[in-house]
Amino acid sequence: MLSPAIMRSNALSPMRSSGTTAASATTLSILPDAAKLVFRGKTEAIEAAGAHFGVKPSLEACRFAAVGGRSVYWLGPDEWLFQAVNEDPIEVFGGMSVALQAQACSLVDVSHRSDGIAVAGPTAALVLNHGCPLDLSLKAFPVGMCTRTVLGKASLLLSRSEEHVFHVDVWRSFAPYVWQFLDEARSLS
Amino acid sequence: MLLINCPYCGPRPEAEFANGGQAHIARPADPMSLTDDEWAAYLYMRDNTKGLHHERWRHANGCGRFFNASRDTTTDVIKRTYRMGERPEAEHQGAKP
Amino acid sequence: MTDTYRVRRGDGAESRNAVHFTFEGKSYQGLAGDTLASALIANGVHLVGRSFKYHRPRGFVSAGSEEPNALVGVGATQSRYTPNLLATQVEIYEGLVAESQNRWPSLETDAGFLNEYFSAFLPAGFYYKTFMWPRMAWKKLYEPVIRRMAGLGRAPAEPDADRYTQVFAHCDVLIVGAGPAGLAAALEASNSDATVILCDEQAEMGGSLLSDRSASIDGMQAADWARAALDELRKRPNVKLMSRTTAFGWYPHNFVGLNERVTDHLANPAANQPRERLWQVRAKEVVLAAGAIERPLVFTDNDRPGIMLADAARTYVNRYGVVPGKQVVVFTACDSAYRAALDLKAAGAKIQVIVDLRKSASGHWVDKARAEGIKVRSDSIVRGTSGRLRVKSAQISNAQGGDAETVACDLILMSAGFTPSVHLFSQSRGKLSYSEELRAYVPGESVERERSVGACKGLFALDSVIESGAKGGRDAAAKAGFPPRGERSYTVSARSVGADAFIGSVMADHQAEKRAWVDFQNDVTAKDVRLATREGFRSIEHVKRYTTTGMATDQGKLSNMNALGVVSKQIDVAVPKVGLTTFRPPYTPTTFGSFAGQSRGDLFDPVRKTSIHPWAEAQGAQFEDVGVWKRAWYFPQVGEDMHAAVARECKATRESVGIFDASTLGKIEIVGKDAAEFMNRMYTNAWTKLEPGRLRYGVMLREDGFIMDDGVVGRMATDRFHVTTTTGGAARVLSMMEDYLQTEWPDLEVWLTSTTEQWSVIALQGPNARRVLEPLVEGIDLSADAMPHMSVRQGRICGVPTRLFRVSFTGELGFEVNVPAGYGRAVWEAIFAAGKSYGITPYGTETMHVLRAEKGYIIVGQETDGTVTPDDAGLGWAVGKAKRDFVGKRSLSRPALVREDRKQLVGLLTTDPKAVLEEGAQIVLDPTHPIPVPMIGHVTSAYWSATLNRSIALALVRGGRSRMGEELSIPMPDGVIKAKVVDSILFDPKGERLNA
Repeated sequence: MLSPAIMRSNALSPMRSSGTTAASATTLSILPDAAKLVFRGKTEAIEAAGAHFGVKPSLEACRFAAVGGRSVYWLGPDEWLFQAVNEDPIEVFGGMSVALQAQACSLVDVSHRSDGIAVAGPTAALVLNHGCPLDLSLKAFPVGMCTRTVLGKASLLLSRSEEHVFHVDVWRSFAPYVWQFLDEARSLS
Repeated sequence: MLLINCPYCGPRPEAEFANGGQAHIARPADPMSLTDDEWAAYLYMRDNTKGLHHERWRHANGCGRFFNASRDTTTDVIKRTYRMGERPEAEHQGAKP
Repeated sequence: MTDTYRVRRGDGAESRNAVHFTFEGKSYQGLAGDTLASALIANGVHLVGRSFKYHRPRGFVSAGSEEPNALVGVGATQSRYTPNLLATQVEIYEGLVAESQNRWPSLETDAGFLNEYFSAFLPAGFYYKTFMWPRMAWKKLYEPVIRRMAGLGRAPAEPDADRYTQVFAHCDVLIVGAGPAGLAAALEASNSDATVILCDEQAEMGGSLLSDRSASIDGMQAADWARAALDELRKRPNVKLMSRTTAFGWYPHNFVGLNERVTDHLANPAANQPRERLWQVRAKEVVLAAGAIERPLVFTDNDRPGIMLADAARTYVNRYGVVPGKQVVVFTACDSAYRAALDLKAAGAKIQVIVDLRKSASGHWVDKARAEGIKVRSDSIVRGTSGRLRVKSAQISNAQGGDAETVACDLILMSAGFTPSVHLFSQSRGKLSYSEELRAYVPGESVERERSVGACKGLFALDSVIESGAKGGRDAAAKAGFPPRGERSYTVSARSVGADAFIGSVMADHQAEKRAWVDFQNDVTAKDVRLATREGFRSIEHVKRYTTTGMATDQGKLSNMNALGVVSKQIDVAVPKVGLTTFRPPYTPTTFGSFAGQSRGDLFDPVRKTSIHPWAEAQGAQFEDVGVWKRAWYFPQVGEDMHAAVARECKATRESVGIFDASTLGKIEIVGKDAAEFMNRMYTNAWTKLEPGRLRYGVMLREDGFIMDDGVVGRMATDRFHVTTTTGGAARVLSMMEDYLQTEWPDLEVWLTSTTEQWSVIALQGPNARRVLEPLVEGIDLSADAMPHMSVRQGRICGVPTRLFRVSFTGELGFEVNVPAGYGRAVWEAIFAAGKSYGITPYGTETMHVLRAEKGYIIVGQETDGTVTPDDAGLGWAVGKAKRDFVGKRSLSRPALVREDRKQLVGLLTTDPKAVLEEGAQIVLDPTHPIPVPMIGHVTSAYWSATLNRSIALALVRGGRSRMGEELSIPMPDGVIKAKVVDSILFDPKGERLNA
């Protein structure tokens, strides 16, 4: 038998060594694996889910909340993404499922659905704006904001954890495209 | 690119949305009780409004919600967006609701 | 070479660096800051191009982006060559290589000039009228010749070596144009917290102020004031200044396209600079300060090199320090040309005469010209010119006729007044209104959040231009929510040149047969325009298309108003009634590179690959595109072609075991207490009784009753379904499900989550599939009794969690192993290693297609085309007849959908077993029937079946199920192929193998 820890591959692994040599104020890096669960359901259920998870989910649109390596992203009025960095998806899913047994909701393990990229540096917003049509000024897109949006021809979840640090969560088959797109953009800005 | 006010997320660029055709056409509760003509009308007949038109949009690359927009088809001005289940405002009911 | 046309009058020319460039293979020297046009004029070069149709020699008409004649190709190498650039916009740099276009063998001696001698035979519409017959000759003879003769630049022969990029930007106030109005607007708007973008198409901002030596603002010379204003703006953190940036298009909701030319003016661009950057700006408020364009006068032979707009000459002299001619005749309908004449005179040119079209010439500028000793002739016209490669003389007479006086000259300046640049305003759907005074259209009612200021609004006096700009800037900032912190005042000292204007042709009636150009680039004369009206064209849109006036790369910037004037006079209808052609983006030609941006090469489209893809690549698999997915098509071994590889893969799978990457299948997790009810409504099948742990093949219709998608669905728990969709249908199906759930049945407690990319799917098919899997699986009994066909179990494989489906799309004993995608490749490799002793064979989509066709399994999109019902496809069994309702049910009983003679899915076996049909081929009953032959169906799938050792096919045939055994004909180019109608299941009809 093989050990999962050794086997898990990230769609961006080949990118790690292929970054451009162009000097740029913005860096791209691959975010660590995480347990990721999509929660959909009613308001009472999301409160229960947050209480179990230890992070109070935002009921305000397009905001995320984080405690340590755990965070909850608002995706839609009945949809949140629960993320636990470097935790085992099966354990997190199992614990949540039990806690939500009596609730009207859906919990789905999507830990392997997407990969994460950190876009960091003083020109990070400009680099993202090469394909993302949102206003990424601090006023319009403050720290703590998250939203699904587009970058070029890919759909993704974009969040801002610091003034100059954005996180991109993108489905794995689109991840190389997004990485290359951002890499090209940062080499031209 | 239109700027569309998602009732959940606020103003967002059109690239995040998918158009869903004319609004306020409810699926008949009991389709089997309809005549062929009535069913065909539900399936195929749509307005081709010049002026204020109520249409569905989905914030497909956003919160995922369907909602309605009252848009003037001659100017592209969107007078109002509103959630599913809500009715267009009276003064905007120029088009057939 | 001494540039004798360079004037030294304190513009700093002495300190500007020399720059060397070549034009037409000849070396020249210019000065830093020159455009190609100003540098060539400094060298006495005016002949720069040949006209489109008659190949007449042409020179510079303007000094800006409205230039119709001076089109050049720039670039030393093919990969950096750009045709059709304007010499008036190209900035020179050391080593620039430019050439003229549309000439052969050379610019001076151009064979195409022969057209000129036949010009009497080339009137408007000539091509339409003459080259009609025979039809073949158009394609083979006329068109290629005409295209060679009448053309612009040539396309570069190599791929573009430059990079281009696109950026989205947002601002509170966007100001288009950095002339006096735009600068004032920017100063005012940015005196607040508003974010301001000020863009201008030229290298240096300042617009007309840079060419003005008589006006002063706030005690400074106009150009100095502009530079001071820019210095001030540059210091403000809320202002972004963008020069060399053309606002080329207006799109709904204040979305404006800007094209920034980043490197074209640089000899050695930096590696991180794109050639161009396309900015897509969403502005809360827009200030249009686009200025105005001077209008030419339409008179006989007004197109010779050396005939130029008066204000363009003023720009060459005052801004670039070059004098376009030394003996000057001025022909004008307004005062501004007097101002230009005085500036040229001050630079040393001799003004021979000012010919004024107006009945009487008077006022400040006329008096000043007379005071300087310049001869002024009012109520007069230039009625002809001479000079082949450069104008030599002008014939001047009274406007009504009479004797002509010939005056020698090397430069004729012309001015018919100014046309406001209302392009962006009009694109924003603002309403234009016609000003009789200005003989031009000006902005009327706005639709979007914008305002026009300065000359583009029809204001030409500097003080009112600045005042309107300042007010526009304040207004825009306030409307955007940032009221400016006060107002500043401007002390403007400038003499107005008034607003006199003229449109149409100045030619007297007896000159009607002479040629006077309305559209220089497309060689349209006033005579052509009149001909069009005589032939019945009255709308300007029709006249435009018939004569091609205004259809050149300059889009009628110089010609539209004059064409309107000619038509208006000819048919005696007021200008506004003749209409106005539509302004469309782009304002000036924009490169394809800029529109493509980063979307080229690898970034043209996302290329979706599964986690198993790299393994297949390493095995030498060939791939096919399925949507934007890459899927392994077949795995050729050394020496194998596709046919051999597929035959081997099929045989191995049927005889032992094959392995296939099915990860691209769409997947949706449907969870909630109403999940089964929702499934009942969305699919034709009945789901209530499906037990957890079981699979079912589901069919989904659109509301019109036609098959939309299909897939195997697993019930993981009473409230949880694992739904699969076709590869291409994943997003569509999820969106349709969400649509019904959100808008029709919001009361259902069920939620959807896409899991397409969560799971890698490894299909293991063949009689040995179970033996290969068994040792790798933990916690699942794979035996036929414990895990029958169409069941699903959860457990572990190779130590990782799996949802193991027992399912078959091949007709063999089969499994589909779902594992989290990050483990996909490792599990695949473990299974492959375990299967070695069984000769496990990887197969691709082609083999998958053959194996399923042998079993008569449909592929949505191949057997179906949006007009196929479940019954047509032989899937009537999958429709839950007892269900009260499901999406599409009502349509299934519409009369057209229950007809006996609908096209139905059948198998086809060719009489010649070696003949493989072509997919899409039409099927007929009687191939000898006279054309048109009635067609009764078409082939949907056709393959060579290694298993059956013959060709097989599936087809949709009218009333097909009642034609069993009938022989049909498939006419092909090489002859008619005969085939017999058979059942669509061609292999193992009882399904013994998959139940093994």
